[in-house]
Amino acid sequence: MTVHDVRSRHGDSKRGDASDGAIFAEAVGGRLSRVDGPAKITGAAKYAVEQQIDGLSHAVLVESTIAAGKVRSIDTAAAESAPGVLLVLTPDNALRLNTATDWLGTPPPDIPYCPLAGDITFSGQHVAAVVAESFEQAVAAAALVKVAYDETTAIVDLDDPKAGDGIPIDTMTKEWGDAQAAFAAAPVRICAAYNTPREYQAPMEPHGLIAKWQGDRLTVWEPSQWLDGMARTYAEWFGVPFENVRLVSPFIGGGFGSKAFAYGYGAVAAMAAKMLGRPVKLVVTRPQTFTAYGGRAATRQTVALGANAEGRIQSIVHRGVNETSVDGMWVEPLGSVTSIMYATPNFSSRQNVVRVNTVVPGALRAPGENPSAFGIESAIDELAYEVGIDPLEIRLRNYAEQDPEAKKPWSTRQLREAFAAGAEAFGWSKRAPEPRSMRDGNQLIGWGVAAGTYPVRRAYGEAMVRILADGSVEVESSSIDMGQGTYTILAQTAAEVVGVPAEDVVVKLGDSRYARAGVTGGSRLAGVMTGAVHKAATAALDQLVGLAISDPNSPFHALQANTLVVANGRIASPRGDGPEVSIAELLGSVGRSQIEAMGDTMPANSTADDRYKNYTTIATALSHTEGDYSRHSWCAHFVEVRVDEDFGTVRVSRVVSGLDSGRLYNPKLAESQWKGGIIMGIGQALLEEGIVDRRHGRIVNNNLADYLIATNADIPDIEVISVGIPDPQSSALGGKGVGELGIVGVAPAIANAVFHATGKRVRDLPITLEKLI
Amino acid sequence: MRDFYYLRANSIDAARQAAALPGAMLLAGGTTLIDLAKCGVTEPETVVDITYLKGLDGITVDDRGATIGALARMSSVADHAEVKSRFPAVSDALWQAASAQLRNMATIGGNLMQRTRCPYFRDPANFPACNKRTPGSGCSAIGGVTRGHAVLGTSEACIATYPGDLATALVAFDAVVHLGDRQVAVDDFFLLPGATPEREHAIAPGEMITAINIPASAAAKRSTYLKVRDRQSYEFAAASAAVGIEFEADGRTIRDLRVALGGVATRPWRARAVEEALKGKLLEADIVKQASLLAIEGAVAHGANHYKIELAPRVVARAILKMGETA
Ligand SMILES: Cc1cc2nc3c(=O)[nH]c(=O)nc-3n(C[C@H](O)[C@H](O)[C@H](O)COP(=O)(O)OP(=O)(O)OC[C@H]3O[C@@H](n4cnc5c(N)ncnc54)[C@H](O)[C@@H]3O)c2cc1C
Ligand code: SF4
Repeated sequence: MTVHDVRSRHGDSKRGDASDGAIFAEAVGGRLSRVDGPAKITGAAKYAVEQQIDGLSHAVLVESTIAAGKVRSIDTAAAESAPGVLLVLTPDNALRLNTATDWLGTPPPDIPYCPLAGDITFSGQHVAAVVAESFEQAVAAAALVKVAYDETTAIVDLDDPKAGDGIPIDTMTKEWGDAQAAFAAAPVRICAAYNTPREYQAPMEPHGLIAKWQGDRLTVWEPSQWLDGMARTYAEWFGVPFENVRLVSPFIGGGFGSKAFAYGYGAVAAMAAKMLGRPVKLVVTRPQTFTAYGGRAATRQTVALGANAEGRIQSIVHRGVNETSVDGMWVEPLGSVTSIMYATPNFSSRQNVVRVNTVVPGALRAPGENPSAFGIESAIDELAYEVGIDPLEIRLRNYAEQDPEAKKPWSTRQLREAFAAGAEAFGWSKRAPEPRSMRDGNQLIGWGVAAGTYPVRRAYGEAMVRILADGSVEVESSSIDMGQGTYTILAQTAAEVVGVPAEDVVVKLGDSRYARAGVTGGSRLAGVMTGAVHKAATAALDQLVGLAISDPNSPFHALQANTLVVANGRIASPRGDGPEVSIAELLGSVGRSQIEAMGDTMPANSTADDRYKNYTTIATALSHTEGDYSRHSWCAHFVEVRVDEDFGTVRVSRVVSGLDSGRLYNPKLAESQWKGGIIMGIGQALLEEGIVDRRHGRIVNNNLADYLIATNADIPDIEVISVGIPDPQSSALGGKGVGELGIVGVAPAIANAVFHATGKRVRDLPITLEKLI
Repeated sequence: MRDFYYLRANSIDAARQAAALPGAMLLAGGTTLIDLAKCGVTEPETVVDITYLKGLDGITVDDRGATIGALARMSSVADHAEVKSRFPAVSDALWQAASAQLRNMATIGGNLMQRTRCPYFRDPANFPACNKRTPGSGCSAIGGVTRGHAVLGTSEACIATYPGDLATALVAFDAVVHLGDRQVAVDDFFLLPGATPEREHAIAPGEMITAINIPASAAAKRSTYLKVRDRQSYEFAAASAAVGIEFEADGRTIRDLRVALGGVATRPWRARAVEEALKGKLLEADIVKQASLLAIEGAVAHGANHYKIELAPRVVARAILKMGETA
């Protein structure tokens, strides 16, 4: 998709506020408004499944109604003879697909893959699908498919007595010192269990796709956080070359980690399209967004802190458990914040994973760090009350001056600054220390603080930059914009490098035909892509200047200059002593229709295979502790809650957060993302929970009326304060991750504020009213 | 959702005749009907669209009371100046119901007829047992996820909560439902589940709500609707109370009191015991709190909904005391 609307912006918005030294909003660091905003607001933005495709047919899934057992038989007769039905897919007539490489790059086993299950491992699993001329016909016929089961006993959740202790995940074990002994010897000890429920991404746009085959070429229109990764999966499933699959994903209506992979329903639709020789559209229903892919796994942690009387931590003993599915593996790294937030001479963290009858869980904004922070940031708050010191003070007292786990210096860690800026703006010093000491009528008021962090995930990127005959610049990448601002910041990057106004840059994203890109996840895309565009744009500029200097038809030819400057779309000599022409005029005079430069940040000796791997798996991603530094974003949230003393209802009345994401490529967009994370964190703390019927192993609140996410009315004014400084170790332009950071630490900050308000410590999310009355 | 016939009624009589056909259902704002059709709960053979009927969306308020046409939108009633001043609880109840978009679509008639949010009722594919949907099939909720289920007025057959807000206010103020040629008190319009949870309303096939009437009263004029829920907006009540109060000339002694509960019972629940206990008494916090406990007389918890038994009297007490504050 191309976003041209940048030209329609009003002149005003071009002026930045010079934050980060950017003189214009257009430059990197300027507050340029989202260039895709007008298209979205006017409805002009066409999402993947809104494409009008001739001859479209419609697929609807049939799901298992039991959580464990086998499909004994499927009676498709009635469905097959229903009006408009083209195909009823079951494992019996499904094409044999190949198992695909996973996202880590693990070579797949040589066994066929069928997206429709005969062995049932969770309620809501796809067992059949119906394709019909119209969506309504498919829905009606799907209800006629009769599935008979042999049911067995399910393990419904982590509390199920049959669940057991699970499988130890050795790679999650982290130990130094002698944590058990030091805990036993510590004068002050606290130990508590912290639980988080199943949580869901609940994107506004449900998942789905349109699949269309032309011979052995497949085009898939699908919202995607990873076009190249998903294209690879489709290619491997169907045994066609990677180049034969085109993924198109112009806009994404929210992903939050859930749209990075091709899932079973995608295989169903593409298979049906192949069998029918017709394009097939399949959009999952809202209830299916709870079972067609996984949300955040339910987690259990115990955190034991041993400290001295001044609250200095001597030992942390941490045990975590997350659920996974019967036949898939999802590890939610629960010790990830525990091991780096505070300095401790003794540490032990271990994690088990328990198999239950659920869809395999998946990534949801800050997987790992999010629940991990709920444990450690609640526990240190408990310690603060235990030793009687201020919750902010105890955090500073245990400040980790270097990465306690990797034993390396931080690349940058502006967490102290985050605490200071947040506390100042919040007025933390006026806090009455005693719980239940602040009130307003029936409302108990509480103030809480918690810190958050997210690692800087890095990878190599690729971008195409063209300078066109009319002097405009075009950027192409198969990366995507799901609202976080890729269209905008890449325009700013190219504009700054080439020396044109951002409105003369057209950014094209969301088509796997463009220059390749890895996953948009782990808050890494902005750092990766600004680096790649910077490199490609620099190469294009070099070509342009080279041409201007050396081409005999160039007006600069006689000048014998070493270099030229390009600013605001015009080329001149550095001293301004020669001609000045526009880029378009120059290209005209030298007879070039365009300049094109592909840039990537891969190591110079990379092979084609390395590159393929880099863009279609995460195998080549760089560790955040690689080399001499440990790289993370940091934040501190200060929260005020009001708890109705009779009703137990909690409302967040104020949030102030100090955040360190390094240099911000566009502060306006970064602030929005931080706030989005904080808003999601408020929902997580107070509302969100997938509720399982324990007799049936089924989520019963699988819709947006019953699975509650925060509404505007639940969200107070949120003040976010950037305390970051450029971090050259983290990315080419000095930024660190933005998208996931904001949510980390919000839930414990709220739980801590609720304790301060009520004297009640809630260690099970969400903090619903019955836990407080 | 299966194919259905669509009829546009051009008179009330035509609508009623069409609605009497087997498998026919009236369509007003559609926010309940279409939703339940998508869930596979309702499978109308014929949908009778009444939204084109003229003259059914009026709102008239005078000294005798308010008459609200069945097709008046929730948002129009909520925002009606006279409704706001003479029946604040009614306006409050509507404002706090659903979302702005739904209130703009949904009608008063449809609102009264909205169905329970029991998740088992709403998912026939996964939970075939539901006495309300299929009489005699059993109740999937009992023993299951019951956080939202009723603690008052339940039966062995069904424990589903009546979810609406408006009807809770209406029952407090003795409103009457007009069914064309007959009228039924709101209090009698909503039925207890008993052994027949499939029968929810005192309305026969071929009948249609044409209007509701709320008699004017001093208590209705000094009234409020307090809705408690985890989410600040766009959620059904964990517990709610419609309260109206009239004081004696001294401004402190309660002459008339109306109390109804929402979100905790199988139907809009008038708490007459609380009313009787407080009439003639001074409005004082302790007395009010004590009397409010009568609101949950006979309440039965089913697992996770036990908190409603704690919560409901507190909501009642708060609402009554709030009405006293403004004395
Ligand atoms: C997500 C969501 C949240 C909601 N939250 C709340 C809430 O917090 N509080 C609340 O009170 N409500 C809530 N509602 C319910 C909402 O108020 C009702 O759906 C709405 O009032 C129904 O009105 P309608 O005109 O759309 O009815 P329709 O859907 O058109 O009709 C509903 C039923 O009434 C019948 N009917 C319609 N008109 C008449 C008539 N004149 N005579 C006889 N029968 C008739 C129809 O046949 C149908 O069976 C919520 C609904 C949704 C979907
Ligand atoms: S509570 Fe009532 S509506 Fe819910 S499953 Fe039981 S019978 Fe059906």
